[in-house]
Amino acid sequence: MSATDFDVVVVGAGPAGSCAALSLAKAGHSVLLVERGPFAGSKNMYGGVVYPRILDALIPNWWEEAPIQRWVTRRQTMVMTPTQSLTIDYRSDTWGKPPYNGATAYRPDFDFWLAGKAEAAGAQLVCSTTVTGLLRDGKGKTIGVRTDRPDGDITARLVIACDGVNSFLAKEAGLYRSDVDASSFTLGVKETIALPTDVINERFGVRGREGVDIEIIGCTGEVNGGGFIYTNLDTIGVGVVLKLSKLGAQRQRPEEIIANLKAHPSIAPLVEGGEVKEYSAHLIPEAGYDMIPTLAGDGLLIAGDAAGLCLAAGIWLEGVNFALASGMYAGDAAADALRSDDTSAAGLAGYRQRLERTFVLKDHAKLRHIPHLVLGDRLQQEYPQMVANIVERMFGVDNPRPKPGIRRILTQERRRAGIRWRDLAKDTWTAMRGFG
Amino acid sequence: MNRWPEISFEDRMSTVHFDVHERAHITVDGDSCHGCTTKACVVACPANLFVPTSDGGIVFNYEQCFECGTCYMVCNVEGAITWTYPDGGHGVVFRRT
Repeated sequence: MSATDFDVVVVGAGPAGSCAALSLAKAGHSVLLVERGPFAGSKNMYGGVVYPRILDALIPNWWEEAPIQRWVTRRQTMVMTPTQSLTIDYRSDTWGKPPYNGATAYRPDFDFWLAGKAEAAGAQLVCSTTVTGLLRDGKGKTIGVRTDRPDGDITARLVIACDGVNSFLAKEAGLYRSDVDASSFTLGVKETIALPTDVINERFGVRGREGVDIEIIGCTGEVNGGGFIYTNLDTIGVGVVLKLSKLGAQRQRPEEIIANLKAHPSIAPLVEGGEVKEYSAHLIPEAGYDMIPTLAGDGLLIAGDAAGLCLAAGIWLEGVNFALASGMYAGDAAADALRSDDTSAAGLAGYRQRLERTFVLKDHAKLRHIPHLVLGDRLQQEYPQMVANIVERMFGVDNPRPKPGIRRILTQERRRAGIRWRDLAKDTWTAMRGFG
Repeated sequence: MNRWPEISFEDRMSTVHFDVHERAHITVDGDSCHGCTTKACVVACPANLFVPTSDGGIVFNYEQCFECGTCYMVCNVEGAITWTYPDGGHGVVFRRT
């Protein structure tokens, strides 16, 4: 076998790439981690919360050093209409203590820290370098990458593409499904809004490093999607995710939809008076299991957003943890393949097996119909109004009329919303099958 | 409805740091846009970089691009938008604290 520059080139120093590089470097392999931004994390943004427990395996006591803003101790799910809102508000002391549950963090901080861990373990990180394509041998096997540096070809026994939602490398290798189009993606846009720490604590009912994550449905008008608000130490993140296929068809711009959310009577008191410190946007692979590509080619693995591993299942909205895990398992499978000197797709099959054995593909398989349900027209455009009306009548006191009885309210409001029993039953079944 | 003024789009974009490269990483073939009736890019681009012209075409400005990919995803004219990443170290840079 001819000598290569590195055992493995990992493309993209986001959570997937850094975990892959960290795992491989720990196993004693030579790893190059290539990042196109000027520093790891500089291109990355998200909808707010990271669930880092999977890091236990790679970085014991990660919580003592990770650049966390706040620990999420209060989680709210809100159903909204233009004038109403219903909130499920859960708060836990346990989530505010090690090993914690969810955390808010700025991605340029978190990803920078994680790439530093990979470096400390022996991976070589090179930033400001864009990978422009794959190097392949006559049989199509990936044998390295081409970069935009002078003499920028780098050879490796294996490439792990963690190059994000627009993975040009996975596309080039033909790993994507042909039926993935705009309807499989959402656009996330976010305002980072500065407010004094004590104002945030007061408005959101938290202290110290406790934080809040609010996820909202019914706040994006005619563009199917959702909204979120979460707390950092002295900023809050406020944003929306918008189904691309709808966004193109409707005539409302992303920042207008955020403005409407911020002006909502339930949200305005939380965000009032804050100054926008940064605006950001990013695509999200949102179609779940049904969009997951072929995960391995000859000499190539894909992980993180590049592999479509984002879970948008309504009550669960996760992505960074799937990136961390898939990157780590890609690194582990790559180490196995290097050891047995077989980096063909067959030799790398251990990657998919690892994902299938763990939450990464188990969660996606179980919840495969949920993203379509959550972003579907009924759940987006009809159910929030119906639910809000039901609750309004349940809690409203309409004297001198006597109370109507909950069963009667349900029947009347379903009819008023124009929702057919058949559809309601079907959606309930889908939800129970996925969540149950 | 708003109790405080929304910031202007220019002010919004001025909060974002871009290290602009002289090479345009996205090119738009404005001619292919003439037949397009939806022009989804104009509404969907979060940075509002696609501007319709009076003759039915599109002019495009790459400098304040988030590199998100929305434009080519929503575009329904094959080959109208050519999309690559900016050269290493350039383009949008989200801030560290």
